[in-house]
Amino acid sequence: MSDTIVVLPDQRTARIPKTNYLTKENGLLSWLLTGDHKRIAILYLISITCFFFVGGALAGLIRLELLTPQSDLMATDTYNKVFTMHGVVMIFLFLVPSVPATLGNFFIPMMIGAKDLALPKVNLLSWYLYMVGGILVLYTMVSGGVDTGWTFTTPLSTHYVNTNVLSTGLAVFVAGFSSIFTGLNFIVTIHKMRAPGMTWFRMPLFVWAHYAASILMVLGTPVLAIAIVLVALERTIGIGVFDPTKGGDPLLFQHLFWFYSHPAVYIMILPGMGVISETISTFSRKRVFGYTAVAFSSVAIAVFGFFVWAHHMFIMGISNYSVLIFSLLTMLVAVPSAIKIFNWTFTLYKGSITFETPMLYTFGFMGLFTIGGLTGVFLGTSGTDIHLTETYFIVAHFHFVMVGGMLMAFLAGIHFWWPKMTGRMYPEKISQLAAVVTFIGFNLTFFPQFILGTLGMPRRYASYPPEFQILNVFSTAGATILGVGYLLPVLYLTWSLKYGAIAGNNPWQATGLEWQTQSPPLTENFVELPIMDHEAYDYDWLERQKEKEVASVG
Amino acid sequence: MSDSPAIAHGAADSAVHEHPPYQRHHFATMAQQNDATNFAMWLFLLTEIMFFGGLFTAYLIYRNWYYPAFVAGSHQLSIPLGGLNTLLLITSSFTMAMGVWCAETRRKSGLVLCLTLTFILGLGFLGIKTIEYSEKIEKHHVPGFHYSLQSFLDPASDPAAKAAGDKPMALDMARHTEVYFSLYFAMTGMHALHMIIGIGILGFMIFRARAGAYTTGHVTFVENFGLYWHFVDIIWIFLFPLLYLISRHQ
Repeated sequence: MSDTIVVLPDQRTARIPKTNYLTKENGLLSWLLTGDHKRIAILYLISITCFFFVGGALAGLIRLELLTPQSDLMATDTYNKVFTMHGVVMIFLFLVPSVPATLGNFFIPMMIGAKDLALPKVNLLSWYLYMVGGILVLYTMVSGGVDTGWTFTTPLSTHYVNTNVLSTGLAVFVAGFSSIFTGLNFIVTIHKMRAPGMTWFRMPLFVWAHYAASILMVLGTPVLAIAIVLVALERTIGIGVFDPTKGGDPLLFQHLFWFYSHPAVYIMILPGMGVISETISTFSRKRVFGYTAVAFSSVAIAVFGFFVWAHHMFIMGISNYSVLIFSLLTMLVAVPSAIKIFNWTFTLYKGSITFETPMLYTFGFMGLFTIGGLTGVFLGTSGTDIHLTETYFIVAHFHFVMVGGMLMAFLAGIHFWWPKMTGRMYPEKISQLAAVVTFIGFNLTFFPQFILGTLGMPRRYASYPPEFQILNVFSTAGATILGVGYLLPVLYLTWSLKYGAIAGNNPWQATGLEWQTQSPPLTENFVELPIMDHEAYDYDWLERQKEKEVASVG
Repeated sequence: MSDSPAIAHGAADSAVHEHPPYQRHHFATMAQQNDATNFAMWLFLLTEIMFFGGLFTAYLIYRNWYYPAFVAGSHQLSIPLGGLNTLLLITSSFTMAMGVWCAETRRKSGLVLCLTLTFILGLGFLGIKTIEYSEKIEKHHVPGFHYSLQSFLDPASDPAAKAAGDKPMALDMARHTEVYFSLYFAMTGMHALHMIIGIGILGFMIFRARAGAYTTGHVTFVENFGLYWHFVDIIWIFLFPLLYLISRHQ
């Protein structure tokens, strides 16, 4: 039994193909005006990484402040601004676009056998909107920040703070449109651009997951947009939709906001689940167990995801009956999520598992997402929620799902498809180390926060009672390790652009259509449009292809 | 190596097929391209429904809570002006539909005429809206710092309220008229913003249509813009009864 499935071409003779999407045209303008989904994905990847480190630096500041019980590193209102900006940057500028706009953008057309997304100009427009949103956020930061929390809670955001709510709101509004256009583009592409023979149930699960996430982007984001417009109107001219002194109701804002922002967490996690389906199949050499169930569980998450928003409002004075119903519906979402986890586990069963870096991140995802998901059930239960909400338990739950889940999946995907995107392998040993460091750092950072939460430490305060210090020191120490874990990939992936081993077409022996073409791909993706004549994840088909190739070359 | 015959084949393939100049390279056929763009437009309209949906939700809730205030607020709006605006918009939808038909049947002057008429009707709508808005400003019915309850506490002093036979309201309920006007301005304002964007695009289309665009067989842009324009029209068809005609059945 070999311990790796990687098959690389002979390094002495192998060359990166001269014509590919990277070399087709040169110059800055050829990138800034491109319609090529792969180039736009790279633009997104670079900008998203930058914003990730901005958000990460802010997280570092938060952890540093919480090292000691007193508020000593920064003033308390600065602390408010720091955690607000951390949330805004990480959610709207990193998590929402992370996998869809980079990997989804790059690989959805290739996976379904299309030359490009259906609307290339709209795709480019969405990157520009993202950048406008990002620059507005940076402007907000340097011009005094905003301290409402990323949730823009009214009437705090409309009446009581004099920080930059408007520019942040505008940034989120604009970035939201970027997300709408990405989702819209995916839906149209998946409906109308599939290659001959690529039926719905032959599509990779990555595409299914993005389809479900796109539905959420298209239907949810506009509601956030209108909520922000109303906040802006209330702040500027003083309309009274959310203002209790005029008869408005701040709770309405919460409903509108969470109608988007709860589905938004599924926008963030579903594409990550798509990545995991791909890696887990490839590195256990098996078709994903229960393909149809996994595909429909994505759609089920998207549908249920729209009917659970009020679980963010259990302590805000909604009626007992609402609490009851939304609590029940919240637990229903756990069902499709569990279907996914169980099916992935069964995929591993009797598979020939190998432990390349993407697979290590995948295992990290499965463990951490399960913990994050199960603690979500605690929070969905109204009784425990009343005790745990607004404590560090929520912070830990959310970070287990988003950082432990989504970020792990993002890194799994980046490593998995890096050879396809760049034509070169990342260095295996150090990246395995990075995966392990990330996992250890993550657990050390966020696991103590579950305990802090159950002990009752509230979130969003710069100071805390001294008896919580020991756990906070653990958490801050973990954050340092986590930071190293995230810096490493940036360094060695950049290194690999020049010095990495040449990957060849299909280093993982994976079955997706994107692997059956050169790396890096041509601008048109395929020399000849593929015809799909087999199921997804059909490793026998791949074997037959290889035999055919040997026969024809020999 | 095994790729090379395929490359040759691919090159020959693209040389054989003659594509119309407006077909984008990544679509196999014109039908696929039209299909995809139309589908995208419908999806975009769906996002617009969700966008206005937030406002309609707010309206629904507050109208149920503060029905008397909403009735009194609606009496401050002019039904003749609103009705005229409805007429203008429906007519503009008709001229827009005729424009799409002209484009499909390649009638250049007809298309320019229809688009221009739609443009003028749209401007007319905005003009009347401006008159209505300025009335509100004069009577201090714009929510915010200068909002005045005069018309609702003392309807006899206000010709519109007097004509509608309003009775003086309790201060508590009268104050909720501000929520009505908040929604009035948010909803009609967002609608007007969509009109302004639409009129801007119409101007661009008239300019292009005069140069002969859209009448060469490729009408997707006109068609999709038509969908947008009808959508904005339909929003108004809902806004008019909800804001102007609240108590008319009584």
